[in-house]
Amino acid sequence: MYGALWRVLPGPWWVRLLIVLILVAAVLYGLFFYVFPWVGPFLNPQEVTVE
Amino acid sequence: MTDETPAPTRRERRVRTPRPRRRVSVIGVIGELLITAGVVALLYVSWQMWIGDIIIGSERSAEARELSEEWQQQYEATPLPAPTASATGEPAAVEPIVLPEAADAEIFGNMYVPRWGADYVQKIAGGTTRARTLDPIGIGHYAGTPMPGAEGNVALAAHRTTFGKPFNQIADLHVGDAIVIETADGWYTYRFRTLEYVQPDQVEVILPVPQQEGVAANGRYLTMTSCSPMYSLAERIVGYSVFESFTPRSAGAPASLTEAVT
Repeated sequence: MYGALWRVLPGPWWVRLLIVLILVAAVLYGLFFYVFPWVGPFLNPQEVTVE
Repeated sequence: MTDETPAPTRRERRVRTPRPRRRVSVIGVIGELLITAGVVALLYVSWQMWIGDIIIGSERSAEARELSEEWQQQYEATPLPAPTASATGEPAAVEPIVLPEAADAEIFGNMYVPRWGADYVQKIAGGTTRARTLDPIGIGHYAGTPMPGAEGNVALAAHRTTFGKPFNQIADLHVGDAIVIETADGWYTYRFRTLEYVQPDQVEVILPVPQQEGVAANGRYLTMTSCSPMYSLAERIVGYSVFESFTPRSAGAPASLTEAVT
């Protein structure tokens, strides 16, 4: 899967590496700023109030 | 990939250029997906425990500072008529302005705690539901308890870990530490007194006089509740403070806001 991605990317190895790093950064941004904040309330059972 | 001269048969090619036989196998893809899932799970943990709080906490602090500036600009646009009669420097004499109770998820104030850092500021909104106030906004105000400055017990709740962790350092408060709530009208300074650890169903901590059932309000208190131990549902940590003074916006920001902590 990732091997195939590497082969699909154009250019010499350092261009591919650059593209991969940009893709990784984009994925991390999406996870940290959108996916995880959305998932958090479903996964995290903390309660802070008395009731 | 196939820049060699055309049309060797499959067998000839395999002999001439030995290379991995299968580029993409089902097992390989499943394996890579599982590794990816593991990495994402670890990333989630690092987000929940560390990175997320940095991101969310700083975003919310920035929003709170904007809000504070808006209040100041509003005030400068329409200053209250002649409140400066008692501007001789004794703020304790000023009767606090008490806001009407905030609606659910309505942001009405900012909290500053010098002990938690000179740059600490978090928003306070009505209600204490996780879905509407505690997770998306920050500090929640228990419905039915008085608003800041009023007689009785102002009760607030916030996360101690995750979601920007507004009350993360609640256990680090010292006796006498300033807890300042800013609203559009001014600043309410409370002084920290003591901590208590209680069961989650001990609602007595937010009574008008904390832990005193059937006693009418006899002073101005502030109660903060959060989870204890950290990352747990088991108990609640409760911090009590008492009211010290109200500083109207016309008098400018109080010294308690920027006081040094030792």
